[in-house]
Amino acid sequence: MTEVVLTPNTEIDIKIEADVIKPDEFAGKSKEEIEQLIVWQGPDQLPLKNFFDVKGQGGSSAEETSIIIKGDVLRVKMIGAEMTAGKITIQGSTGLKVGAEMKGGEIVVEGNADSWAGTEMKGGLLHIKGNTVDHLGCAYRGSWKGMSGGRIVVDGSAQNQIGGGLTGGEIIVNGNAEYFCGIRQSGGLIVIRGNAIRAIGAEMNGGTIVVEGHITNFTPGMQYEGEQYDLCFEDIECGGVFKKFTGDFAISKKPKGTLYVGKDANLEL
Amino acid sequence: MAATIAIKNGHVFDPLNEINGDVMDIYIKDGKVVPELSDAEMKDAKVVDATGKTVMPGGVDSHTHIAGAKVNSGRLMRPEDSYKWNRPKTSITHGGTGETVPSVYLEGYEYAQMGYTTAFEAAVPPLEARHTHEEMHSIPMLDMGGYLVLGNNWFMMRYLKEGDIDKAAAYVAWMMRTHKTYGIKCVNPAGVENWGWGKNVESLDETNIHFEITPREIIEGLTEVNEMLGVPMPVHLHANNLGHPGCYETTKESLTIPSKVKPNQDMGVEWAETKIDPTKDKSIYLTHLQFNAFGGTSWRDFESGVKDITDYVNSQDHVVIDSGSVPFGEATCMTGDGPSIHDIAVLTGGKWSNCDVELECGSGVCPFTYLKSNPVHSVQWAMGLESLLLIDDPWKTIMTTDNPNGGPFTKYPNVMTWLMSEAYRNETFSEVHKWANDRSTLGGVSRELSLYDIATITRATPAKTNGMAHRKGSLAVGADGDVTIYDIDPTKLDVTANYDDLITKFRYADYTIKGGEIAAHNGEIMSIPERRTYYSDIKVDANEEKKMLDDVKDWFRYYTLGFENYPTPEKYLVNPTPINVNMEK
Repeated sequence: MTEVVLTPNTEIDIKIEADVIKPDEFAGKSKEEIEQLIVWQGPDQLPLKNFFDVKGQGGSSAEETSIIIKGDVLRVKMIGAEMTAGKITIQGSTGLKVGAEMKGGEIVVEGNADSWAGTEMKGGLLHIKGNTVDHLGCAYRGSWKGMSGGRIVVDGSAQNQIGGGLTGGEIIVNGNAEYFCGIRQSGGLIVIRGNAIRAIGAEMNGGTIVVEGHITNFTPGMQYEGEQYDLCFEDIECGGVFKKFTGDFAISKKPKGTLYVGKDANLEL
Repeated sequence: MAATIAIKNGHVFDPLNEINGDVMDIYIKDGKVVPELSDAEMKDAKVVDATGKTVMPGGVDSHTHIAGAKVNSGRLMRPEDSYKWNRPKTSITHGGTGETVPSVYLEGYEYAQMGYTTAFEAAVPPLEARHTHEEMHSIPMLDMGGYLVLGNNWFMMRYLKEGDIDKAAAYVAWMMRTHKTYGIKCVNPAGVENWGWGKNVESLDETNIHFEITPREIIEGLTEVNEMLGVPMPVHLHANNLGHPGCYETTKESLTIPSKVKPNQDMGVEWAETKIDPTKDKSIYLTHLQFNAFGGTSWRDFESGVKDITDYVNSQDHVVIDSGSVPFGEATCMTGDGPSIHDIAVLTGGKWSNCDVELECGSGVCPFTYLKSNPVHSVQWAMGLESLLLIDDPWKTIMTTDNPNGGPFTKYPNVMTWLMSEAYRNETFSEVHKWANDRSTLGGVSRELSLYDIATITRATPAKTNGMAHRKGSLAVGADGDVTIYDIDPTKLDVTANYDDLITKFRYADYTIKGGEIAAHNGEIMSIPERRTYYSDIKVDANEEKKMLDDVKDWFRYYTLGFENYPTPEKYLVNPTPINVNMEK
């Protein structure tokens, strides 16, 4: 793999939209060509070099290109949006919509990611080592369908509307979730290793949600089905005893959504 | 300032003058078509070489929803519609977003890119007229007008029930003038009123709650009033039971109601010189035939009922229709027919917005996606094309998608190409659900419309139907200098092999000229031309009007606003252009 290293060289005031930062754009380009790629800042179109020092050049194809961003890029939006192959490593925290609609390849965020990470993602792997905020792998506002394929792993916590409108793919959050996790979910898998607050699986009619920790306010449209031990979804394992629920009966007469919650953490259910 | 312009050597298609592809020059001066330019004028004229290209009058859309409260609701409830469809600003244009419900500026630009210069908003609730005009004020590029929704208006129902046709006429005249609207729209007569109590009406002879008037009586009354006054266009009817399997029977029956009403157009305007008589000869304008022609008894045995209606239209001379074609993909259903939108929302589980406009009418909005894999949607696609292909006389048909109910207006080029190319239809048949073929007659239709037919159903017929043929829809001397040049060589046209190309050519006209100004070239907006808002300024007997106003003022205590605040002043209109109707009174 050929490496391109981007080092932030300025303080950014108005956030920039840099969906050009992806292997598909960098592949086959020289250092100078990469420097001239256009990013949006408000109504202005500016070259990438105004914000980053570029080292190295693109590989022969997207698969052969690896991009390393050295440092925090919290005011840079849409890194890796719609990428299809290759790898991006962000050695710091990143801004809104990292990996939005990504179709393939891999993104590793070593710090935190802002909201809308992996929104409407279709394939590939997005690994966030820190925390993220809202709308992880979620549908865009008003859309019916969120993430449809690929995998998102968050080592820390995520907040509201994780996997909203999820139709496929997997989201694994090792920390906690807050409100409306898996709202309108119709397929795919969400695993929350920590706790969640409320409306988990609201309006779901398909797919699976696992919450190993405690749910503060349980969704009323869920129906108890029995207990299950040591869940396994291909390579994703959830050990222990779980209570199994089907839902959401508030929306559909025959919902096919499944919600597992850790038994020990939710004795009152 | 309108320029002087000469369009040279194009193949001209001008059905109102029976010009079918003849190579001619078109001259425009001071915004109007002129027979010729003097040598001195030619020196300053902009010359456009249209050699090997198709020249038509500017497009006229007689039924679209691009301004007003329900369009705005559609925008508000569909952020996702703006997300994937956005256009940056240029030095002369505003930016814009939205595919099915674009922002106001974008609507104008996209119409102009397709060669359209005139559009009519097909449903203006009286109370929302001011808002509608405010939006129309910001839509660039287009001459516009609106149809006033009157089919469930309390005053209207009351006067018609009492059989007081003179007062009804006085009311219509006053309302059109007050709200600066152009024609009459009638949506699910008697049914929308019932919707206020969660109900609908199911047959033409079912009376509604409180007013005890039937749809039949409302259609009869409105069409009679319309012709009594000499309104420029026929009553624009959205029939009852729309969107329900089996509704085609109601529709067919509705069309028979005004068969004896004599069309009467009483306008004080200067007419451009056309070969074909451009005056109104229809007493009813049925809208979105496709949605009004559902057959079967449920969604399981759903089928096209279009042929039954088109047979009727073929045998009669008082009906003109627009198609409401379905080009597949994203749409936003929006109509004054509140109960029908509720049914869609229940059917799809979609987002739903509903509104009751006090004493006047109602409306509903619900997003919709037409899928090629869905059996019903596939039949609807076929039905939209049947509507235009099974009616023999193109002077009775208008191509629309009922934008954005069947699909956005930006997909007109696809509909035009399906109509022109059997090969394109066959390709689509191979992609859609087999119901499209099994449950419609489209598969057996080999008719392919010519460019002349296309010019008729997108220019001449809508202009003639709407009473706009005095200045729109033709390239006659005295007509507005609105011209579309498509980069299509009619002598080399191959609709079997090159239909993909045709879609692009229709989508981005080579030139769109509006009032002699080059508005768009090859998809790029070149200038923002002057535009007008048309409305019917109808005179009626002063005594009759006074008696009617006494009633209205009395009942106005039920309105949430004062009588003085009700009218839409002219300042809300861009270049207000009244059409004087019923002058002798």
